[in-house]
Amino acid sequence: MKILLDTHQLRIVLYRLAHQLIEAHGQFENAVLVGIQPRGVAVSDRLVGILKEISGNKALPYATLDTTFYRDDLHQGSALRLPSETHFPFAIEGKTVILIDDVLFTGRTIRAAMDALLDLGRPEKVELLALVDRRFSRQLPVQPDYSGFAIDTYESRRVRLLWGEKPGEDVVYLEETAGLPNDF
Amino acid sequence: MKHLLGIKDLSPQAIEQVFTTADEFKQVLNRPIKKVPALRDTTIVNLFYENSTRTRISFELAQKRLGADTVNFAVSSSSVAKGETLVDTVQNILAMKVDIVVMRHSASGAPHFLSRHIDASIVNAGDGTNEHPTQALLDAYSIRERLGSISGKRIAIIGDILHSRVALSNIYLLTKMGAEVAVCGPATLIPKNIEDLGVKVFYDVKKALEWCEVANVLRIQLERQSKPLFSTLREYALYYGIDRRMLDSLQKDIVIMHPGPINRGVELSSDVADSKQSLVLDQVENGVAVRMAVLYMVGKKGE
Repeated sequence: MKILLDTHQLRIVLYRLAHQLIEAHGQFENAVLVGIQPRGVAVSDRLVGILKEISGNKALPYATLDTTFYRDDLHQGSALRLPSETHFPFAIEGKTVILIDDVLFTGRTIRAAMDALLDLGRPEKVELLALVDRRFSRQLPVQPDYSGFAIDTYESRRVRLLWGEKPGEDVVYLEETAGLPNDF
Repeated sequence: MKHLLGIKDLSPQAIEQVFTTADEFKQVLNRPIKKVPALRDTTIVNLFYENSTRTRISFELAQKRLGADTVNFAVSSSSVAKGETLVDTVQNILAMKVDIVVMRHSASGAPHFLSRHIDASIVNAGDGTNEHPTQALLDAYSIRERLGSISGKRIAIIGDILHSRVALSNIYLLTKMGAEVAVCGPATLIPKNIEDLGVKVFYDVKKALEWCEVANVLRIQLERQSKPLFSTLREYALYYGIDRRMLDSLQKDIVIMHPGPINRGVELSSDVADSKQSLVLDQVENGVAVRMAVLYMVGKKGE
């Protein structure tokens, strides 16, 4: 396990992303934040906490979106995929929706998220925030508008976020996979 | 799970998974676009060897809202009338690339028999006097929704227990989920040794209602009785029918359920069936979400 971002660096990145969001959307009068279930929500929960702290706006429009039923690999692999909660307490007509995910890899989850989102209404605009952007591994033409940290690695390796009990214990790490030379 | 043949073989974890998946589908059903593409690559045949309105419509809607392609098969207009066997009929349908068979049959065990002969997934929509698993799942889901949980609740199943597949599936499911279950009806409509399934027996409907928090009232199925088991419907209504006066005398509000179709004035009076205590229409609404969850989960490996 190789640490890509330690707790301190991750905290700096999250604060930068929060400031970029405020720069673009002010007090979020016309924008809503949507965490993609399940792992994107871990990012969006922390990000929304930081946004509330630095913008002073305690009533940020925040929703979670599950993409399970829209995935294109539902019938591949043996595991049954069970849905997580979609909590969407407001309409998105005419709003800018900021989709939030942890790791942007092939782009397929974001495709599913866009389909799920458009079944809920017609937003004015959809943006994407990815905490980690795995460049050069995209299978669909999807790019982030806000990117926390970009890395280039083997397709077979996995980038994971380890969320601690408290925000002070979080790290982003690279899972080593067997069969690769160590000096690469 | 590969098939849903009955509640008997289902684990409490699998039942809970059906409920939490149904929660998400129920939310989908309350949106302007009541559809998800989860089964857009799946073809389902509805094979009904016995008449049904509500179960068939509920299954069909569930399938359409999952984006599946569906074919309906009604026995009256089929070659079954020409003497084709069950396995032959289904093999011929499956040759047309069908993934899931939803089946209702008047013979108990027909879906279990079929599951040993074909590759497709089978969902039992009622087999003879054996099981009606999706009805039990939606009944329990409706109880969970109204009362918050199933575990520890007291549920009385009232009416024709002997001929009822709804009763048997409900008994299996509710006891698995930790509820206390009782059955109540005339002695001729209570099967022998039913206590072995872990249920209480009442012969007096008033006592059953005083005991329970939820009364699931079953339809009197005259079509299944080959010899008379009570003298007249009027007599049954007099001794076992539930009306407003009886509910008011209980000094507590119990929840009334009925799998439909109701014989108004026999097992339930109209003012009870239409009251706020009645879950009848919630059951129908939840039926679509629960069946969506079941169809989504069958045909997949893993539990």
